[in-house]
Amino acid sequence: MTVEELHDIAMSEREAQGEYLHHIHVCMAAGCLSSRSDKVKEALEAEVKRCNGEKKCLVKGVGCMGPCAAGPLVSVAETGTMYRGVTPEDAADIVQSLGKEPVSRLVYPTDTPFTQRQVKVVLENSGKIDPERIEDYIAADGYSALLQALTSMTPAEVIEQIVRSGLRGRGGAGFPTGLKWTTVAKANGGRKFVICNADEGDPGAFMDRSVLESDPHRVLEGMAIAGYAVGASQGYIYVRAEYPLAIKRLRTAIRQAERQGLLGNNISDTQFSFHVDLRLGAGAFVCGEETALIASIEGKRGTPRPRPPFPAESGLWGDPTLINNVETFANVPPIIRNGGEWFARIGTEKSKGTKVFALAGRVVNTGLIEVPMGITLREIVYDIGGGVPDGRQFKAVQTGGPSGGCIPEQHLDMPVDYESLVQVGSIMGSGGMIVMDETSCMVDVARYFMEFCMTESCGKCIPCRVGTAHMFDLLTKISEGRATADDLALLEELCDLVQNTSLCGLGITAPNPVLSTLRYFRDEYLAHITERTCPAGACQMRR
Amino acid sequence: MRTDFVNPSPPSEDKRWRLVDATMRRHGRQSHALIESLHTVQESFGYLDEEALRYVAAVLRVPLSHVYGVATFYHFFTLKPPGEHTCVVCTGTACYIKGAASILSAIAQAEGVKPGETTKDGKLSLLSARCLGSCGLAPAVVFDGEVVGKMTPSLVLERIRGWTSRDGRGTA
Repeated sequence: MTVEELHDIAMSEREAQGEYLHHIHVCMAAGCLSSRSDKVKEALEAEVKRCNGEKKCLVKGVGCMGPCAAGPLVSVAETGTMYRGVTPEDAADIVQSLGKEPVSRLVYPTDTPFTQRQVKVVLENSGKIDPERIEDYIAADGYSALLQALTSMTPAEVIEQIVRSGLRGRGGAGFPTGLKWTTVAKANGGRKFVICNADEGDPGAFMDRSVLESDPHRVLEGMAIAGYAVGASQGYIYVRAEYPLAIKRLRTAIRQAERQGLLGNNISDTQFSFHVDLRLGAGAFVCGEETALIASIEGKRGTPRPRPPFPAESGLWGDPTLINNVETFANVPPIIRNGGEWFARIGTEKSKGTKVFALAGRVVNTGLIEVPMGITLREIVYDIGGGVPDGRQFKAVQTGGPSGGCIPEQHLDMPVDYESLVQVGSIMGSGGMIVMDETSCMVDVARYFMEFCMTESCGKCIPCRVGTAHMFDLLTKISEGRATADDLALLEELCDLVQNTSLCGLGITAPNPVLSTLRYFRDEYLAHITERTCPAGACQMRR
Repeated sequence: MRTDFVNPSPPSEDKRWRLVDATMRRHGRQSHALIESLHTVQESFGYLDEEALRYVAAVLRVPLSHVYGVATFYHFFTLKPPGEHTCVVCTGTACYIKGAASILSAIAQAEGVKPGETTKDGKLSLLSARCLGSCGLAPAVVFDGEVVGKMTPSLVLERIRGWTSRDGRGTA
């Protein structure tokens, strides 16, 4: 595939779509599919057919549009009208309204902060293109970054753009991506690997799933560019088996890219070859840790090992390996297309670009959002999220899943960037953001996350294996009103011990939910201990 | 010393073993194909029994202890046959905040099963999932592979009773 051939595909696809006067998009990502958006799409297609082409309308299945709780979602591309909660019975009204006034009873308002405050880079194609057709991705400038890199840039120049962009790992820790790529590129070794971490294990996070379901080619393109930059010819995507739709669309995407010569041997008649294979996870949270993930790809139990050596030097089968998260790879094509400086203009000084968050919990607008770094938590929760429903009181927002913490009202005006979140005792994490109101008990929330870490601990190192179980017992005692002040002291001591002596990130960050709730909601803990009551009314006391 | 290796034949004539063989062959019967092979076994047979573990171990030339270790390490694999119907309750953070625990306790009360267990009559397996990624629809429950959002304990029990009573009359 040459640049000209790619251009031709894009042109003919745009022409083919341009022959239609109207374009109806139906969300076919997992959220809307579980509210039967496939039936809605069938009904719309049948209605268009019934009109005998009089409407010149294309009905297209697309990826996630964002406000998942309002699904099934349908949009009309020309006018930007969005419909919520659409049923197959609504199909006739929607098709008949094309070119006239929209169907007012179904309209989802798009002039709200939910849509206007967002900046889409990673999700630029989500909800617009058909994730199961490579031509649609190519028509949206897809794969042009890959061919541009292969035909007019050296690997060093590609890395230079990534360094300039200031992109940092979107999996949670925020390691500078350019630095990681440089290390792998410099590592000695004939065989190198690129791994995409799609083992999205944090409960309450579904960003990666949405990207894979809505725009799988973007991730493949990012991986291929990475492979060219670091000198790898084999890539693996380690994806959760719990995401069957994402797996299916990735398989389709890989097959299509191979057929078009955009993956495989001698891409675009250059020396560069790149193959991508899928590896399915099997429900182990610890496999999100890079060394455990590598062990799992090698067919072993997913237990981490001490670092160094880091995977960049000795990773899969002992060879230099680049591991990045789905969202990180998804950022790569636009960076190459528009240049590193373009990307660096978005966001804050140390945290560049945008971040995708899965906004859920006690908030009016739940769903997938993409915001520029540096936006405040208050803007996310109140402007974009629409605040807490049912007239209840906001209590905390949880970021970073079981490795993160709960941030209270007083820090809502803090900008969202890697450093600020760490300062208040949480982390950026992969992007789960759960809003809690007064009915959530902070001790119970800490206990919930500790139960998670205890169950998910792989058992290799003792501080994590025994420490999380011990902390869980103490939190259970507190939540049941059976604890003493000594128990609280012991809990704090254990937090310190587990944090400082565990082998991998799972154990090191396991105490974070406890530490952050103790920091901001210590009175709730004390109420459970001294007064034996749960202020939120969530815990069952056993006196 | 003879070094050539005769590939063991499948435990039975069951055609599903061909799928398992195909997966192992695609990965060159290398030891790193273990997890992929176990996925295929579970997809085809519904669970991993001892016979399957022994067969995969023999073909991939991996110690049985290693295969057992992998099969029990990952939550996704089950060594017990599933019930006729499965109900998976998501216990991710968003679902938890919106009441997944009350759904689980309602099922426990009505059907007498905890997550990971199957009712005595083999009709229903109850499982809990870490996060289905359907947080926008919390709380979410999967009934026989179909994700349903915005659930309440009574709605879930209604679906489950639909299975148990209808099947009870033998008109599945």
